[in-house]
Amino acid sequence: MTDLDATPRLGKGVKTSYDQTRESHVVLFPEGVLVLNDTAAAVVGLCDGRTTITGIAARLAEDFDGVRPEDVAELVARLVARRVVDTDG
Amino acid sequence: MAEAPFGLLAELTHRCPLQCGYCSNPLELVRRTAELTTDEWRSVFDQARALGVLQFHLSGGEPLARKDLPDLVGHAAGLGGYVNLVTSGLGLTAARLADLHARGVDHVQLSVQDAVRASADLIAGVKAFDHKLTAARLIGEAGLPLTVNVVLHRRNLDHVAAIIDLAERMGADRLELANTQYYGWALRNRAALLPTREQLAEAGAVVAEARGRSRMEIVYVIADYHEAHPKPCMYGWGARQLTVAPDGDVLPCPAAGVIDDLGVENVRDRPLGEIWHRSGSFTAFRGFDWMREPCRSCARKEIDFGGCRCQAFQLTGDAANTDPVCSLSPRRAEVDLILAEETTTPAVLAMRKPAR
Repeated sequence: MTDLDATPRLGKGVKTSYDQTRESHVVLFPEGVLVLNDTAAAVVGLCDGRTTITGIAARLAEDFDGVRPEDVAELVARLVARRVVDTDG
Repeated sequence: MAEAPFGLLAELTHRCPLQCGYCSNPLELVRRTAELTTDEWRSVFDQARALGVLQFHLSGGEPLARKDLPDLVGHAAGLGGYVNLVTSGLGLTAARLADLHARGVDHVQLSVQDAVRASADLIAGVKAFDHKLTAARLIGEAGLPLTVNVVLHRRNLDHVAAIIDLAERMGADRLELANTQYYGWALRNRAALLPTREQLAEAGAVVAEARGRSRMEIVYVIADYHEAHPKPCMYGWGARQLTVAPDGDVLPCPAAGVIDDLGVENVRDRPLGEIWHRSGSFTAFRGFDWMREPCRSCARKEIDFGGCRCQAFQLTGDAANTDPVCSLSPRRAEVDLILAEETTTPAVLAMRKPAR
């Protein structure tokens, strides 16, 4: 579980893009591709190294129903495990 | 319709300054005169992107041997793809790297043969080691993410701790430690490359310890002859990635050309999307319907997809057989015999020939 005060950012060598073939936002990194659903894409888009998990959840709540900071933290933890997102430093 | 592929391995050329005896290129190397032109590669990239490809692995041989590499990098990047340069590092000057970076290279994968100069140069067949140190420094100074890739085998497996240290000093973000897979030149040199079980056990412990402390992501590719179950080769045939050879042959994996009667098609003759979705070569082993026993009723088929078709062909003569490294294969005893014979007998490592 990621700390709610953490400020996640995209990892080194990670790019985001929109894939017309799959009609989805995607994350591209050295040896892989993640196809994102709308919520995940919104979270990744807010991983700017300045916004906290709590802040990301608050921004998401403007567009999505029932977003809890804990859910955002869990998603970020999964992205950290894939080395797509960094939360340290 | 099959799912769209994520990655294109573009083998731009088979020409390479190195002569590694485990090279994954086929024994029959494509000659320079048969290589796709710049415009043909651009078209391949366009077709690949339209098909769904998001990652362009620009490889070879040595991709820097193509004078049009900057143009091709720019084209792939312009399509919105992730551009991965897979290089030996030889010929990578600061000026060339700056140009490639500016045109859109996202990541560099640099090969390293060993941690010790003399041994590394012996494996590469040329004085390559110092060039790699220089290349790593330049990549770091450019701020590009770096993966160091090391093929492991009998002659360097005992050095894996020093190899991990070297990759750290080179500033690698990722380290791929890939035990040799026996295709192409590596199959020819198998008796000189197969490690012993003891070597693998020791290296495995070193890697596990390093993973606990290193800031690098360390990927370890298993030595499948020594395993009880096969690797999930390509995550299934025609499932995620395709390879285009220097002459435009379109392959489900870099080794697939070895399978007789596969009916490999060429992008000069048929659009890439049609080859991916409808060609006999890509549909032959896609999914699960082609499987025989013991794979057909095996729960592990969802995990390993029956292993590797090329390996099944090379070792049993029939690509539709279960990968014989699997302990459930009726042909596993033949792999054990290979291990018993070839890991105990000294053999000469033959160098790869240069492509003309």
